[in-house]
Amino acid sequence: MLEGVMLGIQTAFSLQNFILVVAGCMIGTIIGMLPGLGPMSIIAIMIPVAISIGEPSSALILLAGVYYGAIFGGSTSSILINAPGVAGTVATSFDGYPMARQGKAGKALTIAAISSFSGGTIGVVLLMGFAPALSSVALLFHSAEYFALMVVGLSAIAAFAGTGMVVKALMMTVIGLIMATVGESALFNAPRFTMGLMDLQSGFSFVTLAMALFALPEALYLVLDPKRGASSEAGEAIKDLRITRDEAKKIAPVIARQSLQGFLIGVMPGAGATIASFLGYAVERNIAKGEDQDEFGKGSIKGLAAPETANNAACTGSFVPLLTLGIPGSGTTAILLGALIALNVNPGPRLMIDNPSIFWAVIISMYIGNVVLLILNLPLIPYIAKLLTIPRNYLIPFILFFTMVGAYIGQNNATELLILVGLGVCATILRFADYPLAPLLIGFILGGMMEDNFARSVMLTDGLYFMYQRPMTLALLVIGLLLIFMPAYRRRRALALKKGVAQGD
Amino acid sequence: MALDKWIAVFFLTIALAYGYASFTYSLLPFERNMTFLPNTMPKVLSGLGILFSLIIILSPKKATQADEASLGDFDVSNIGQYKIGQALGLIAAMILYALALRPVGFILATILFLVGTGWVLGERKVHIMFTAASIGTVGIWYLVQEALGIFLRPLPWFLS
Repeated sequence: MLEGVMLGIQTAFSLQNFILVVAGCMIGTIIGMLPGLGPMSIIAIMIPVAISIGEPSSALILLAGVYYGAIFGGSTSSILINAPGVAGTVATSFDGYPMARQGKAGKALTIAAISSFSGGTIGVVLLMGFAPALSSVALLFHSAEYFALMVVGLSAIAAFAGTGMVVKALMMTVIGLIMATVGESALFNAPRFTMGLMDLQSGFSFVTLAMALFALPEALYLVLDPKRGASSEAGEAIKDLRITRDEAKKIAPVIARQSLQGFLIGVMPGAGATIASFLGYAVERNIAKGEDQDEFGKGSIKGLAAPETANNAACTGSFVPLLTLGIPGSGTTAILLGALIALNVNPGPRLMIDNPSIFWAVIISMYIGNVVLLILNLPLIPYIAKLLTIPRNYLIPFILFFTMVGAYIGQNNATELLILVGLGVCATILRFADYPLAPLLIGFILGGMMEDNFARSVMLTDGLYFMYQRPMTLALLVIGLLLIFMPAYRRRRALALKKGVAQGD
Repeated sequence: MALDKWIAVFFLTIALAYGYASFTYSLLPFERNMTFLPNTMPKVLSGLGILFSLIIILSPKKATQADEASLGDFDVSNIGQYKIGQALGLIAAMILYALALRPVGFILATILFLVGTGWVLGERKVHIMFTAASIGTVGIWYLVQEALGIFLRPLPWFLS
């Protein structure tokens, strides 16, 4: 492992990569702060840039920096104007915004930055331990296990979608898988389901789809509902960034607990930063006693530190399945996976063996990213926060423009833009109807690999025998099924319980 | 019927059409004896798609009236408060931009797009918007062209 760390340091500290980390964090912070733009939109917009760098480790370093920066920037807008740019920082606004209203905005930002830094750094240490262990297990996997693993990943994403959403999430996954079959597949080089359109010969472009699913609906939402981006209160000066020794003592145990909990939640596919932050907040509120507990929701520093630590630790945790199994656990890591595939890197257990420099450089650059966010952004925050005062009449046209140019330069094809607008409108309507969009993208990205592995296993065993040939395959498939049925069972039980209570009343 | 059920009906149609296409998929001669075919997975997927969309359509409406009125975080009962006209205007502008990008050239098309969408959103200080748009456009064009090395035709068709 030491060898790997040295290799990572060597790669990550090259001048170009160092500049990319710093730039990624800055860009992420700036754009992540703008209300309504989440990390998925930003990363989607940055992908063409990353791909044209051409060097996979540099590209991933840039994108990971952007991801971190976006989460950090999102918490800034949650605290200052109560408009979380990212779902993962909604819980931050519960206590962060009240603190800002009490004139303690500077202190709140410092606590957020320190918690993010600690959560991220502890997460990276855990990642360094977890990932090699997991990937040595994953080396035992055959294509049958890979197929089963993807089934588990996809069903876990559906299972964590929330009550009443499981079937919708499954539906979206299937739609994503269906879209992945359009065009030429790797195994059979004849075009399929292109409806005779030349432009669909190479399938839907992943960049276009990512933009259409995340960046465009966000922008259209901002247009439809101007209240979402209200930014009247950001002009106030931010001062007094210091925290006292007492406060530091108070948040230290919170940070320690939430780093671990957040990381473990992030590792699970489908959970991610949002769930980690809400759960972290809830757990800390329950643990806190007396006066401390009453303060939650009114500007408690513990209530601010908990979700901030948890969401950063979870972001790091979500890299574990991506780097070791090649299976994205969230929309954001799905986009990163797509970018890696576009750069000819096959993430999976062999990544550590075939491309150790990518693996370790990303991990080391996460350290650097955390430090950069802490020492560079903290003093700059009062100035960067001025961005929140940009009027939406200027903001929205530029967001739309970046989205369209991103899709255009990826393909150099104007038809791509029409597909982008069409899919973007569909995605907006789907969001109105509460259909989760991330499963679609994850299904789309995993679709090709899933079919290849499925085909290989079917051919090897001349049928579906592969499903129970090895116990590991069978166990994984059973877990996948259980994950789908578990939420339905739980809901039924909850309903029954509720009925019982009503009768007893 | 709520919007999500209508969408499920739409998905059902897609799954049926996709299923039809995958079951009538014409195989190449050498493919016929293979265990795994290009339409094996699509057949499974269309089955799953039909199943899930039917579950969504047929599952009992658990929503009360209040729930149904608010789709997602979007309140349909009070649709007047949303700027639907502006959103439609922006979508139209994006389509026009897509069609104009090649013939009109990147710089002119983009400046027009930015000023136009700003106007749709209610920005009337055209000179400020025009200045911001010009700086942004030329800056991005220069970055894409020089830093990323991707050619974007800057000028209209009759000039380049």
